[in-house]
Amino acid sequence: MSVAFEPIVGRYLPFTFQGRTYRLYIEEAGQGIPLLCLHTAGSDTRQYRALMNDAQVTQRYRVIAFDLPWHGKSSPPAGWHHEEYKLTRDFYIEIIVAVARALELDRPVVMGCSIGGRVVLGLAADHADAFRAIIGLQSSASPSAYYDIAWLDHPGVDHSEAALGAVSGLMAPMSPDTERWETLWHYMQGGPGVFYGDLHFYTVDGDLHDRLRRIDTTRCPLYLLTGEYDYSCKPEYTLEVGKAVPGAKTTIMKGLGHFPMSENPALFRSFILPVLDEIARLD
Amino acid sequence: MLERLPDLVNGNAALVRRGRHFSTTFLVEVGSHGWLVQVREGRIDSVERGPFRMASWSFALRGTAEGWAKFWQPVPPPYYQDIFGLLRQGELRFEGDLLPLWANMLYVKGVMGALRGNGGAS
Repeated sequence: MSVAFEPIVGRYLPFTFQGRTYRLYIEEAGQGIPLLCLHTAGSDTRQYRALMNDAQVTQRYRVIAFDLPWHGKSSPPAGWHHEEYKLTRDFYIEIIVAVARALELDRPVVMGCSIGGRVVLGLAADHADAFRAIIGLQSSASPSAYYDIAWLDHPGVDHSEAALGAVSGLMAPMSPDTERWETLWHYMQGGPGVFYGDLHFYTVDGDLHDRLRRIDTTRCPLYLLTGEYDYSCKPEYTLEVGKAVPGAKTTIMKGLGHFPMSENPALFRSFILPVLDEIARLD
Repeated sequence: MLERLPDLVNGNAALVRRGRHFSTTFLVEVGSHGWLVQVREGRIDSVERGPFRMASWSFALRGTAEGWAKFWQPVPPPYYQDIFGLLRQGELRFEGDLLPLWANMLYVKGVMGALRGNGGAS
Protein backbone atom coordinates (compact mmCIF):
# COMPACT_ATOMS: atom_id res chain seq x y z
CA MET A 1 0.00 0.00 0.00
CA SER A 2 1.30 3.45 -0.78
CA VAL A 3 0.24 6.70 0.81
CA ALA A 4 -0.98 9.34 -1.61
CA PHE A 5 1.21 12.17 -0.34
CA GLU A 6 1.57 15.32 -2.40
CA PRO A 7 5.05 15.55 -3.98
CA ILE A 8 5.94 18.61 -1.88
CA VAL A 9 8.70 18.11 0.69
CA GLY A 10 9.47 20.63 3.45
CA ARG A 11 12.71 20.98 5.45
CA TYR A 12 14.30 23.41 7.89
CA LEU A 13 17.60 25.18 7.25
CA PRO A 14 19.71 26.85 9.95
CA PHE A 15 20.64 30.04 8.11
CA THR A 16 23.01 32.78 9.21
CA PHE A 17 22.52 36.12 7.53
CA GLN A 18 23.89 39.54 8.43
CA GLY A 19 25.13 38.24 11.78
CA ARG A 20 21.87 36.64 12.90
CA THR A 21 20.76 33.05 12.76
CA TYR A 22 17.35 32.09 11.46
CA ARG A 23 15.55 28.80 11.19
CA LEU A 24 14.18 28.88 7.65
CA TYR A 25 11.41 26.68 6.35
CA ILE A 26 11.89 25.64 2.75
CA GLU A 27 9.76 23.41 0.58
CA GLU A 28 10.19 22.07 -2.89
CA ALA A 29 8.89 19.72 -5.53
CA GLY A 30 10.11 18.55 -8.93
CA GLN A 31 13.40 18.42 -10.71
CA GLY A 32 15.23 20.38 -13.36
CA ILE A 33 15.63 24.12 -13.66
CA PRO A 34 15.47 25.68 -10.19
CA LEU A 35 12.50 28.02 -9.79
CA LEU A 36 12.66 30.03 -6.57
CA CYS A 37 9.26 31.40 -5.52
CA LEU A 38 8.65 34.37 -3.20
CA HIS A 39 5.41 34.71 -1.24
CA THR A 40 3.45 37.94 -0.71
CA ALA A 41 3.51 40.21 2.36
CA GLY A 42 2.19 38.55 5.50
CA SER A 43 1.78 35.13 3.91
CA ASP A 44 3.95 32.07 3.26
CA THR A 45 5.07 29.39 0.81
CA ARG A 46 1.68 27.69 0.71
CA GLN A 47 0.66 30.23 -1.91
CA TYR A 48 2.65 28.11 -4.38
CA ARG A 49 0.99 24.79 -3.43
CA ALA A 50 -0.69 24.37 -6.81
CA LEU A 51 2.43 25.11 -8.82
CA MET A 52 4.33 22.49 -6.80
CA ASN A 53 1.56 19.98 -7.41
CA ASP A 54 1.47 20.62 -11.17
CA ALA A 55 3.29 17.76 -12.94
CA GLN A 56 3.56 19.81 -16.10
CA VAL A 57 5.70 22.26 -14.13
CA THR A 58 7.61 19.88 -11.88
CA GLN A 59 8.75 17.56 -14.65
CA ARG A 60 11.04 20.36 -15.88
CA TYR A 61 11.37 22.63 -12.86
CA ARG A 62 12.57 22.15 -9.32
CA VAL A 63 10.11 24.51 -7.64
CA ILE A 64 11.45 25.86 -4.34
CA ALA A 65 9.87 28.32 -1.93
CA PHE A 66 11.01 29.58 1.45
CA ASP A 67 9.17 31.34 4.22
CA LEU A 68 10.84 34.66 4.97
CA PRO A 69 11.99 34.95 8.61
CA TRP A 70 8.96 35.72 10.82
CA HIS A 71 6.63 34.07 8.25
CA GLY A 72 4.97 30.68 7.98
CA LYS A 73 7.14 28.08 9.68
CA SER A 74 10.34 30.17 9.61
CA SER A 75 11.16 31.55 13.04
CA PRO A 76 11.96 35.12 13.88
CA PRO A 77 15.51 35.59 15.14
CA ALA A 78 16.40 35.25 18.83
CA GLY A 79 15.45 38.44 20.63
CA TRP A 80 12.48 39.14 18.37
CA HIS A 81 10.34 40.11 21.33
CA HIS A 82 12.53 43.18 21.89
CA GLU A 83 12.13 44.61 18.41
CA GLU A 84 9.63 45.78 15.83
CA TYR A 85 9.67 43.80 12.61
CA LYS A 86 10.14 45.94 9.51
CA LEU A 87 11.08 44.60 6.10
CA THR A 88 13.54 46.89 4.34
CA ARG A 89 14.54 47.02 0.70
CA ASP A 90 18.17 46.06 1.21
CA PHE A 91 17.44 43.21 3.64
CA TYR A 92 14.83 41.77 1.30
CA ILE A 93 17.00 41.86 -1.81
CA GLU A 94 20.05 40.48 -0.06
CA ILE A 95 18.34 37.64 1.77
CA ILE A 96 16.93 36.25 -1.48
CA VAL A 97 20.39 36.24 -3.05
CA ALA A 98 21.82 34.64 0.11
CA VAL A 99 19.17 31.91 0.26
CA ALA A 100 19.71 31.05 -3.41
CA ARG A 101 23.43 30.77 -2.68
CA ALA A 102 22.96 28.74 0.51
CA LEU A 103 20.78 26.28 -1.40
CA GLU A 104 23.50 26.05 -4.07
CA LEU A 105 20.98 26.79 -6.80
CA ASP A 106 22.51 27.16 -10.25
CA ARG A 107 21.19 30.43 -11.64
CA PRO A 108 17.59 29.85 -10.64
CA VAL A 109 14.56 31.45 -12.19
CA VAL A 110 13.04 33.67 -9.50
CA MET A 111 9.34 34.45 -9.31
CA GLY A 112 7.77 36.74 -6.72
CA CYS A 113 4.32 38.17 -6.15
CA SER A 114 3.30 41.59 -4.79
CA ILE A 115 6.19 42.62 -2.50
CA GLY A 116 7.94 39.70 -4.21
CA GLY A 117 6.95 41.12 -7.58
CA ARG A 118 8.53 44.40 -6.50
CA VAL A 119 11.75 42.96 -5.07
CA VAL A 120 12.52 40.90 -8.18
CA LEU A 121 12.99 44.21 -10.00
CA GLY A 122 15.88 44.89 -7.61
CA LEU A 123 17.27 41.44 -8.33
CA ALA A 124 16.99 42.12 -12.06
CA ALA A 125 18.80 45.45 -11.67
CA ASP A 126 21.75 44.35 -9.55
CA HIS A 127 21.96 40.54 -9.51
CA ALA A 128 21.16 39.61 -13.11
CA ASP A 129 24.08 37.19 -13.30
CA ALA A 130 22.73 35.15 -10.40
CA PHE A 131 19.41 34.40 -12.10
CA ARG A 132 18.51 32.93 -15.49
CA ALA A 133 15.12 34.65 -15.74
CA ILE A 134 12.92 36.79 -13.54
CA ILE A 135 9.14 36.66 -13.23
CA GLY A 136 7.26 39.42 -11.44
CA LEU A 137 3.64 38.83 -10.48
CA GLN A 138 1.70 41.98 -9.53
CA SER A 139 4.85 44.07 -9.94
CA SER A 140 5.11 47.75 -9.22
CA ALA A 141 8.27 49.83 -8.91
CA SER A 142 7.24 52.36 -6.28
CA PRO A 143 5.33 52.48 -3.01
CA SER A 144 1.76 53.74 -3.06
CA ALA A 145 -0.33 53.48 0.11
CA TYR A 146 -4.10 53.82 -0.02
CA TYR A 147 -5.15 53.04 3.55
CA ASP A 148 -3.72 53.54 7.02
CA ILE A 149 -1.74 50.34 7.56
CA ALA A 150 -1.30 51.07 11.29
CA TRP A 151 -4.66 49.33 11.82
CA LEU A 152 -3.00 46.04 10.90
CA ASP A 153 -0.97 46.16 14.12
CA HIS A 154 -3.33 47.66 16.66
CA PRO A 155 -4.12 46.09 20.04
CA GLY A 156 -7.82 46.92 19.69
CA VAL A 157 -8.17 44.93 16.49
CA ASP A 158 -7.55 41.21 16.08
CA HIS A 159 -4.61 41.22 13.69
CA SER A 160 -5.77 38.19 11.72
CA GLU A 161 -9.20 39.73 11.16
CA ALA A 162 -7.56 43.01 10.15
CA ALA A 163 -5.30 41.26 7.64
CA LEU A 164 -8.30 39.40 6.29
CA GLY A 165 -10.27 42.63 6.03
CA ALA A 166 -7.44 44.40 4.25
CA VAL A 167 -6.77 41.77 1.58
CA SER A 168 -10.05 39.91 1.06
CA GLY A 169 -11.14 42.19 -1.76
CA LEU A 170 -7.93 41.99 -3.75
CA MET A 171 -8.90 38.81 -5.56
CA ALA A 172 -11.06 38.54 -8.66
CA PRO A 173 -14.73 37.98 -7.84
CA MET A 174 -14.80 34.93 -10.13
CA SER A 175 -11.92 33.14 -8.40
CA PRO A 176 -13.12 29.88 -6.78
CA ASP A 177 -14.29 30.20 -3.19
CA THR A 178 -12.13 27.33 -1.92
CA GLU A 179 -8.90 28.86 -3.22
CA ARG A 180 -9.88 32.38 -2.14
CA TRP A 181 -10.51 31.30 1.43
CA GLU A 182 -7.38 29.12 1.51
CA THR A 183 -5.45 32.23 0.46
CA LEU A 184 -7.10 34.25 3.23
CA TRP A 185 -6.43 31.55 5.83
CA HIS A 186 -2.69 31.95 5.19
CA TYR A 187 -3.07 35.66 5.92
CA MET A 188 -4.98 34.97 9.12
CA GLN A 189 -2.14 32.74 10.33
CA GLY A 190 0.54 35.40 10.08
CA GLY A 191 2.14 36.57 13.32
CA PRO A 192 1.12 39.89 14.88
CA GLY A 193 2.84 42.84 13.23
CA VAL A 194 4.34 40.78 10.41
CA PHE A 195 2.01 41.79 7.57
CA TYR A 196 2.31 45.35 8.84
CA GLY A 197 6.10 45.05 8.91
CA ASP A 198 6.18 43.73 5.35
CA LEU A 199 4.13 46.67 4.19
CA HIS A 200 6.97 48.91 5.40
CA PHE A 201 8.72 47.67 2.27
CA TYR A 202 5.58 47.94 0.13
CA THR A 203 4.64 51.46 1.22
CA VAL A 204 7.80 53.17 2.58
CA ASP A 205 11.26 51.62 2.11
CA GLY A 206 10.78 49.86 -1.19
CA ASP A 207 11.27 52.24 -4.07
CA LEU A 208 13.01 50.59 -7.01
CA HIS A 209 11.99 53.03 -9.72
CA ASP A 210 15.48 54.51 -10.06
CA ARG A 211 16.95 51.04 -10.59
CA LEU A 212 14.76 50.09 -13.54
CA ARG A 213 17.22 51.65 -15.98
CA ARG A 214 19.88 49.21 -14.80
CA ILE A 215 17.81 46.19 -15.87
CA ASP A 216 19.27 44.51 -18.94
CA THR A 217 16.84 41.91 -20.27
CA THR A 218 19.45 40.58 -22.69
CA ARG A 219 21.39 39.33 -19.66
CA CYS A 220 18.35 38.15 -17.72
CA PRO A 221 14.87 38.07 -19.28
CA LEU A 222 12.08 39.78 -17.33
CA TYR A 223 8.45 38.63 -17.44
CA LEU A 224 5.69 40.67 -15.79
CA LEU A 225 2.24 39.19 -15.22
CA THR A 226 -0.48 41.08 -13.38
CA GLY A 227 -4.10 40.20 -12.58
CA GLU A 228 -6.59 42.80 -13.76
CA TYR A 229 -8.63 42.98 -10.52
CA ASP A 230 -5.71 44.10 -8.33
CA TYR A 231 -6.38 47.62 -7.07
CA SER A 232 -3.27 47.50 -4.85
CA CYS A 233 -0.74 46.81 -7.58
CA LYS A 234 -2.80 48.01 -10.50
CA PRO A 235 -2.05 46.72 -14.00
CA GLU A 236 -1.14 50.29 -14.95
CA TYR A 237 1.78 50.19 -12.47
CA THR A 238 3.06 47.00 -14.07
CA LEU A 239 2.65 48.49 -17.54
CA GLU A 240 4.77 51.46 -16.41
CA VAL A 241 7.53 49.06 -15.36
CA GLY A 242 7.22 47.22 -18.67
CA LYS A 243 7.53 50.48 -20.55
CA ALA A 244 10.59 51.55 -18.57
CA VAL A 245 12.46 48.28 -19.17
CA PRO A 246 13.25 47.51 -22.81
CA GLY A 247 12.62 43.86 -23.60
CA ALA A 248 10.36 43.18 -20.62
CA LYS A 249 7.39 41.01 -21.56
CA THR A 250 4.20 42.17 -19.88
CA THR A 251 0.89 40.31 -19.66
CA ILE A 252 -2.27 41.57 -17.98
CA MET A 253 -4.15 38.52 -16.77
CA LYS A 254 -7.92 38.68 -17.21
CA GLY A 255 -10.05 37.24 -14.43
CA LEU A 256 -7.28 37.27 -11.79
CA GLY A 257 -6.45 39.54 -8.88
CA HIS A 258 -3.57 40.14 -6.47
CA PHE A 259 -2.78 36.46 -5.70
CA PRO A 260 -2.93 34.77 -9.12
CA MET A 261 -1.02 31.57 -8.22
CA SER A 262 -3.11 31.03 -5.09
CA GLU A 263 -6.58 32.48 -5.79
CA ASN A 264 -7.17 30.64 -9.06
CA PRO A 265 -4.36 28.18 -9.88
CA ALA A 266 -6.22 26.64 -12.82
CA LEU A 267 -6.52 29.99 -14.60
CA PHE A 268 -3.02 31.12 -13.58
CA ARG A 269 -1.40 28.07 -15.16
CA SER A 270 -2.77 29.13 -18.56
CA PHE A 271 -0.63 32.26 -18.21
CA ILE A 272 2.47 30.90 -16.49
CA LEU A 273 3.00 27.66 -18.46
CA PRO A 274 3.85 29.48 -21.72
CA VAL A 275 6.34 31.64 -19.78
CA LEU A 276 7.97 28.59 -18.20
CA ASP A 277 8.06 26.90 -21.63
CA GLU A 278 9.85 29.90 -23.07
CA ILE A 279 12.38 30.02 -20.24
CA ALA A 280 13.05 26.28 -20.56
CA ARG A 281 13.83 26.83 -24.23
CA LEU A 282 16.46 29.47 -23.35
CA ASP A 283 18.76 26.74 -22.09
CA MET B 1 -32.07 50.35 -1.35
CA LEU B 2 -30.36 49.94 2.05
CA GLU B 3 -33.79 49.38 3.62
CA ARG B 4 -33.49 45.75 2.47
CA LEU B 5 -30.52 45.09 4.74
CA PRO B 6 -32.45 43.50 7.64
CA ASP B 7 -33.90 40.90 5.25
CA LEU B 8 -30.60 40.28 3.52
CA VAL B 9 -28.41 40.10 6.63
CA ASN B 10 -30.52 38.71 9.46
CA GLY B 11 -31.24 35.48 7.59
CA ASN B 12 -27.54 34.89 6.95
CA ALA B 13 -26.44 32.91 10.00
CA ALA B 14 -22.72 32.95 9.11
CA LEU B 15 -22.70 36.73 8.69
CA VAL B 16 -24.70 37.32 11.88
CA ARG B 17 -22.28 35.08 13.77
CA ARG B 18 -19.32 37.03 12.37
CA GLY B 19 -20.85 40.19 13.81
CA ARG B 20 -21.96 38.69 17.12
CA HIS B 21 -19.81 41.12 19.16
CA PHE B 22 -20.70 44.10 17.01
CA SER B 23 -23.30 46.63 18.12
CA THR B 24 -23.19 50.15 16.73
CA THR B 25 -24.81 52.60 14.36
CA PHE B 26 -22.96 53.56 11.20
CA LEU B 27 -23.72 55.96 8.38
CA VAL B 28 -23.66 55.02 4.71
CA GLU B 29 -23.74 57.73 2.08
CA VAL B 30 -24.50 56.99 -1.55
CA GLY B 31 -23.95 60.29 -3.29
CA SER B 32 -26.26 62.81 -1.65
CA HIS B 33 -28.38 60.18 0.14
CA GLY B 34 -27.64 58.87 3.61
CA TRP B 35 -28.74 55.91 5.72
CA LEU B 36 -28.14 55.11 9.37
CA VAL B 37 -27.65 51.40 9.88
CA GLN B 38 -28.18 50.18 13.43
CA VAL B 39 -26.52 46.86 14.26
CA ARG B 40 -27.10 44.85 17.41
CA GLU B 41 -24.96 41.75 17.96
CA GLY B 42 -24.65 41.16 14.25
CA ARG B 43 -28.30 41.68 13.37
CA ILE B 44 -29.55 44.77 11.55
CA ASP B 45 -32.00 46.35 13.99
CA SER B 46 -33.05 49.25 11.80
CA VAL B 47 -32.17 51.22 8.70
CA GLU B 48 -33.21 54.84 8.62
CA ARG B 49 -33.03 57.03 5.54
CA GLY B 50 -31.94 60.65 5.80
CA PRO B 51 -31.78 63.55 5.60
CA PHE B 52 -30.82 63.78 9.28
CA ARG B 53 -30.74 66.83 11.48
CA MET B 54 -28.93 65.27 14.45
CA ALA B 55 -27.43 62.00 13.28
CA SER B 56 -25.26 60.07 15.74
CA TRP B 57 -22.98 57.34 14.43
CA SER B 58 -19.63 55.70 15.17
CA PHE B 59 -18.21 55.62 11.65
CA ALA B 60 -19.30 56.62 8.18
CA LEU B 61 -18.80 55.12 4.75
CA ARG B 62 -19.22 58.07 2.41
CA GLY B 63 -19.23 56.97 -1.22
CA THR B 64 -20.17 58.30 -4.62
CA ALA B 65 -23.32 57.00 -6.29
CA GLU B 66 -21.24 55.88 -9.29
CA GLY B 67 -18.75 53.97 -7.12
CA TRP B 68 -21.43 52.10 -5.17
CA ALA B 69 -23.34 51.34 -8.39
CA LYS B 70 -20.27 49.56 -9.77
CA PHE B 71 -19.63 47.84 -6.42
CA TRP B 72 -23.19 46.44 -6.44
CA GLN B 73 -23.07 45.06 -9.98
CA PRO B 74 -23.43 41.24 -9.98
CA VAL B 75 -19.87 41.02 -11.35
CA PRO B 76 -18.18 44.32 -10.49
CA PRO B 77 -15.60 45.73 -12.89
CA PRO B 78 -11.93 45.60 -11.80
CA TYR B 79 -11.15 47.67 -8.66
CA TYR B 80 -14.85 47.97 -7.73
CA GLN B 81 -15.27 44.50 -6.21
CA ASP B 82 -14.48 45.69 -2.66
CA ILE B 83 -14.85 48.77 -0.47
CA PHE B 84 -11.03 49.02 -0.35
CA GLY B 85 -11.10 49.25 -4.13
CA LEU B 86 -13.55 52.13 -3.80
CA LEU B 87 -11.13 53.76 -1.33
CA ARG B 88 -8.27 53.28 -3.77
CA GLN B 89 -10.33 54.82 -6.57
CA GLY B 90 -11.27 57.84 -4.48
CA GLU B 91 -14.95 56.80 -4.61
CA LEU B 92 -15.26 56.19 -0.85
CA ARG B 93 -14.04 57.64 2.44
CA PHE B 94 -13.99 56.09 5.91
CA GLU B 95 -14.71 58.65 8.65
CA GLY B 96 -15.24 58.75 12.39
CA ASP B 97 -14.18 56.13 14.93
CA LEU B 98 -12.58 53.50 12.73
CA LEU B 99 -11.79 51.05 15.54
CA PRO B 100 -15.19 49.28 15.41
CA LEU B 101 -14.99 49.26 11.62
CA TRP B 102 -11.52 47.67 11.56
CA ALA B 103 -12.42 45.21 14.29
CA ASN B 104 -15.42 44.07 12.22
CA MET B 105 -14.21 44.78 8.69
CA LEU B 106 -15.28 41.48 7.17
CA TYR B 107 -18.74 41.80 8.72
CA VAL B 108 -19.19 45.32 7.32
CA LYS B 109 -17.96 44.12 3.93
CA GLY B 110 -20.48 41.31 4.15
CA VAL B 111 -23.31 43.74 4.95
CA MET B 112 -22.49 46.10 2.10
CA GLY B 113 -21.86 43.18 -0.24
CA ALA B 114 -25.26 41.66 0.64
CA LEU B 115 -26.81 44.34 -1.56
CA ARG B 116 -24.84 43.10 -4.57
CA GLY B 117 -27.16 42.00 -7.34
CA ASN B 118 -30.09 42.74 -5.01
CA GLY B 119 -30.99 46.08 -6.46
CA GLY B 120 -28.56 47.79 -4.11
CA ALA B 121 -28.03 50.56 -6.58
CA SER B 122 -31.64 50.91 -7.68
